[in-house]
Amino acid sequence: MIAEAGLAALWIAAALSLLQLALGGAALRGAALDHAVRPVSVVQGVVAAFSFGCLVLLFLRTDLSVLLVAQNSHSAKPWLYKFAGTWGNHEGSMLLWVTVLALAGAAVALFERKVAERTLIATLAAQAAIALGFYAFLLFASNPFARLNPAPPEGAGLNPLLQDPGLAFHPPTLYFGYVGISVAFSFAVGALLTRDVGPAFARAMRPWVLAAWTLLTIGITAGSYWAYYELGWGGWWFWDPVENASLMPWLAATALLHSVTVLATRDGLRAWTLMLAVVAFSMSMVGTFLVRSGILTSVHSFAVDPGRGAFILALLGLYIGGALLLFALRVGTVREGATFEPVSREGALVANNLLLSAILGIVFVGTLYPLAVEAVTGEKLSVGPPYFNSATGPLALLLVLILGAGPLIRWRRDRLAAVARRMAVPLVLSVLVCLAFLLFAPGIGILPLLGLMLAVGIGVASLAPLWGRNLRRTPLFTWGMVIAHFGVAVSLGGMASEGAFTQERLAAVRPGEPVRVGPYTVRLRSVDPIAGPNWTAMEGQLLVEGRGSAFTLGPQARTFTAPPTETSEAAIATRIDGQLYTVLGRQNEDGRWQLRLWWKPFVTLIWFGGGLIALGGLLSLIGRVRREGRAKEALA
Amino acid sequence: MKAKNQRLTLLILAIVAVLAAVLLAMSALKDQAAYFYAPGDVARKGLVLDRAVRIGGMVRQGSIERLQDGTTIRFVVGDETDATIPVTFTGIVPDLFREGSGVVAEGRFQQDGSFVASEILAKHDENYMPPRLGPQGEKHKTETLQ
Repeated sequence: MIAEAGLAALWIAAALSLLQLALGGAALRGAALDHAVRPVSVVQGVVAAFSFGCLVLLFLRTDLSVLLVAQNSHSAKPWLYKFAGTWGNHEGSMLLWVTVLALAGAAVALFERKVAERTLIATLAAQAAIALGFYAFLLFASNPFARLNPAPPEGAGLNPLLQDPGLAFHPPTLYFGYVGISVAFSFAVGALLTRDVGPAFARAMRPWVLAAWTLLTIGITAGSYWAYYELGWGGWWFWDPVENASLMPWLAATALLHSVTVLATRDGLRAWTLMLAVVAFSMSMVGTFLVRSGILTSVHSFAVDPGRGAFILALLGLYIGGALLLFALRVGTVREGATFEPVSREGALVANNLLLSAILGIVFVGTLYPLAVEAVTGEKLSVGPPYFNSATGPLALLLVLILGAGPLIRWRRDRLAAVARRMAVPLVLSVLVCLAFLLFAPGIGILPLLGLMLAVGIGVASLAPLWGRNLRRTPLFTWGMVIAHFGVAVSLGGMASEGAFTQERLAAVRPGEPVRVGPYTVRLRSVDPIAGPNWTAMEGQLLVEGRGSAFTLGPQARTFTAPPTETSEAAIATRIDGQLYTVLGRQNEDGRWQLRLWWKPFVTLIWFGGGLIALGGLLSLIGRVRREGRAKEALA
Repeated sequence: MKAKNQRLTLLILAIVAVLAAVLLAMSALKDQAAYFYAPGDVARKGLVLDRAVRIGGMVRQGSIERLQDGTTIRFVVGDETDATIPVTFTGIVPDLFREGSGVVAEGRFQQDGSFVASEILAKHDENYMPPRLGPQGEKHKTETLQ
């Protein structure tokens, strides 16, 4: 019954989105139906959420008469993974995707009061148009509620790599960010339809962009840390296409976040901001296509079915093509915005946008090039870290430099000499740091060296906007900007330090044999069998000594029964200045055990910085919403 | 500057930036894209010695041997042709690495046609099959389901 209810709700939600689109279209043509669009939008969100709730319930009950549950779940799984396993498969994650889309539309309908009513109607209509396509995709190509008759006695289980608390947090936050950008897209489409683009529109769109961007930042940061500890390879970013799929919308959304500020403050960059909103959600859809079409093989692509890929590709072409066509037709009629000087806050924000776009272009080409080459010539090739690091690294460092200077430049017009004076302290600090590393740690590579010196300099520069201000009266969104920018410097410092100073040891050891890594000496005491809820493991008892203390770590080599898979669980000791990362390998024929050890100085700063960036986004969001609220009260 | 001119300047700047990025990207790609070789391709395409490549295929039954140092292994990668590639790798192999299953390795070919892997890719899942062996893989998957 639950499955049928869920499927029925999905059909109803699809019908509601069609109704929402039709009502919106009619209202824009002048019919007196404006008041109907908001409620329909809210109901659609509720019904979609109900459908998703049904699927969650089926997974929690392990109802094996449902094909999806039988294929991806198992009665012996811990309940957390039954719950999170709902989106640990293709159909479930697509249902989550469209649910988030519907909820985002409902949130706009409920809470958005600032934007012009006609633009809002157009926005909700655009949101409904997107939802309709993805409902169709679910109903015709990826039905999550299909029954299996007869029901099998037991399910096939969930990929053990996904059986981790990370599964409960990473996909939902990522999706809320990823799909939340659809709101910016719909706002842009709405504004193009009504030709109403200006500071008021920008102020209305900004909180939605901020919210989606913040969640996307959390999702990417969490995903990076998850991959770091779960895959057992000690890396935190692999430039895997699925990672790039989440990075590309983030880059576009970051650019959008900054250009929307120019639009709100100075009424400049009108067309550009609309374009970025379209590009940002297009990147989300490209990402969905890459991950969900089965064109890539990784832990993210759950099944290979060419029909689905073609379906998503068709939706992609329809929405992106449609939005770009609308942009091309209407952008000429959007009134010109204000102009500005090159040396000004706006100028720095334009530089930020150009650099982010360039980085986006490089990541996009590198991600899609292998697919294009394979489609055309049949030649298989892969593009990896050497390409991405060398092509994006210099641009990213330049971007960080501008990030430091930007907030210290005045709006409208400033003098280069004055900016240089404000940047003097950070610049001198950077040079000192550079000299110190050249003296004491030569040969760390040019990118890590530049990264470290910029991290220190920009870390200081990013705090400079607070200098001489009454901290308690500083607006919350200024705090948000400062904290987010400081987070970038912190994260950059972590990346550079990890790149420059990581020590790695690979050894085959007998119990008692010491291995030195970083400040520690590691000894394998014993390897013991242990059992978990749905796995067994060999756990190495590592005695770690160093810096006047001793502790034990227990990396495991796990064997899951359903599906039969082996995974390694790294054991990590976190210290204030870095992490000791240990992996237990296999036993050799001669009885020795393989150990892989890393000492990674300050690696945690990478994710701590990511967290600060997200916190900055959250504070800005709260600050903006509160200020708008106060402005409205003052008017009333 | 007039609004129209400034918009044009910005547009040109944006196009130049993105074009420059793409050109930079393409030239970097030429040097750094790693080509993918199946054992059967080596005879057809010849060895590339000057850059990193990826190879993929199935680990031949009974071919894994471990060297004295305890961390280096040798194994043989084959495909549906008779061609094989001998591979050397130092490190901990991924969880799904075993004889008779699919493998993708990144590294360099040596003069003698052997391959020194710098990395055995860990990101494929248990359903991974080298592309050419795909259909059999699919069949295997449906069987385990029933």
